[in-house]
Amino acid sequence: MTDIATTPQATDAPAFPSDRTCPYQLPEGYARLRDTPGPLHRVTLYDGRQVWVVTKHEAARKLLADPRLSSKRTDANFPATSPRFEVVREGRPAFIGMDPPEHGPKRRMTISEFTVKRIKGMRPEVEEIVHGFLDEMLASGPPADLVSQFSLPVPSMVICRLLGVPYADHDFFQDASKRLVQATDVASASTARQDLVRYMDALITACQAEPRPGLVSTLVTEQLAKGEIDREELASTAMLLLIAGHETTASMTSLSAITLLEHPEQYAALREDRSLIPGAVEELLRYLAIADIAGGRIALADIEIEGQLIRAGEGVIVVNSIANRDGSVYEDPDSFDVRRSARHHLSFGFGVHQCLGQNLARLELEVILNALMDRVPTLKLAVPVDQLKLRPGTTIQGVNELPVTW
Amino acid sequence: MRVSVDRMLCVGAGLCALTAPGVFDQDDEGVVTVLRSDPAGDDRPAVREAGMLCPSRAVQVVEADT
Repeated sequence: MTDIATTPQATDAPAFPSDRTCPYQLPEGYARLRDTPGPLHRVTLYDGRQVWVVTKHEAARKLLADPRLSSKRTDANFPATSPRFEVVREGRPAFIGMDPPEHGPKRRMTISEFTVKRIKGMRPEVEEIVHGFLDEMLASGPPADLVSQFSLPVPSMVICRLLGVPYADHDFFQDASKRLVQATDVASASTARQDLVRYMDALITACQAEPRPGLVSTLVTEQLAKGEIDREELASTAMLLLIAGHETTASMTSLSAITLLEHPEQYAALREDRSLIPGAVEELLRYLAIADIAGGRIALADIEIEGQLIRAGEGVIVVNSIANRDGSVYEDPDSFDVRRSARHHLSFGFGVHQCLGQNLARLELEVILNALMDRVPTLKLAVPVDQLKLRPGTTIQGVNELPVTW
Repeated sequence: MRVSVDRMLCVGAGLCALTAPGVFDQDDEGVVTVLRSDPAGDDRPAVREAGMLCPSRAVQVVEADT
């Protein structure tokens, strides 16, 4: 193994993550990493620790499917990209933070709710929800804040129905989720996490007293009752699904609207030929990569990849926004093209942790795009795109407000 | 072409059933099942795509017609 270079191609280890300056383009530093030869590069995290980032598509797929990389978020070696990740160690993580063989049975408790058939059956309900919030937005404006009036409420209500969480509590859980995913210090992340855990614990108690429709109640009456999952882990699991179910699709909705409005010729093509929509959703997922810091792992053994060596114990982060713009896989990768075949993007990850709710996200985005084109054909941004305040690189990418008019 | 699946490896991402619905399905538990282990010519490109997309390598596609 002596002939393997352990020094990366780039001479320094730049700070990671970086903030986007355009809602749909890579930060300058990421573009530099992408254009540097080799799939692995050293970066420096907020705590001064150096870890590897994976920037090439093929290496990313290989590594995310490699059992020698662990997802244990409670491990001290986990490459935390911001202080908020420390709160994971305060409780028992959900299956996203487990490795095989522990991971499989826990994930399997939830997958029956996310099958392609089950999600297809939700289309009428999702359409009703999407049109309901558009009715309200159209009645109250223009102008409107697309985030609070549409992007956020739609997936919140959808995931509430699936989980059996009362939508009436949306002000609470949207606020607590936002405080958790956007926390910049441990104390506020910890408070937000405790608020959500307490809420889920109360929901578990309510489901024990009186079963109700939805996945949380099913997990309570079946798996919890049989001892296949404990209460704390169930609360973590419900919290994960609630946050992942609304924060991500909300971000995708807002950034998709911005991207389409800034690419009018692409938007016009979609409007004229709705059969392009499923492909456009894949391209939006590739292009926007809103969860681009979700691929953190720890090497359990030395791993050689394309002549570079990851040593046991080192942190690895697969940055899907960069891997999705690998020029050897996607021609002219920085251009947005709804007609390209974008399906092999890594925005939902790869390997055993690949996004559980991906087909729900696809359905929601298809319904949302169709509805926006039908109901708000003159939609436009109310402020220039360069004046939008973007979320920092440490969290799910997106905007907290999106002023629009029509 | 022969298609097989390892139901133990399946994580229920559903990409096979989405991509090649005539060949793959998911049971009530959300785990992959094979509808046709010898897919017809028309289905084969989608089956290859499903094999590539499967995140947990639960889907195996062998090209030889034996």
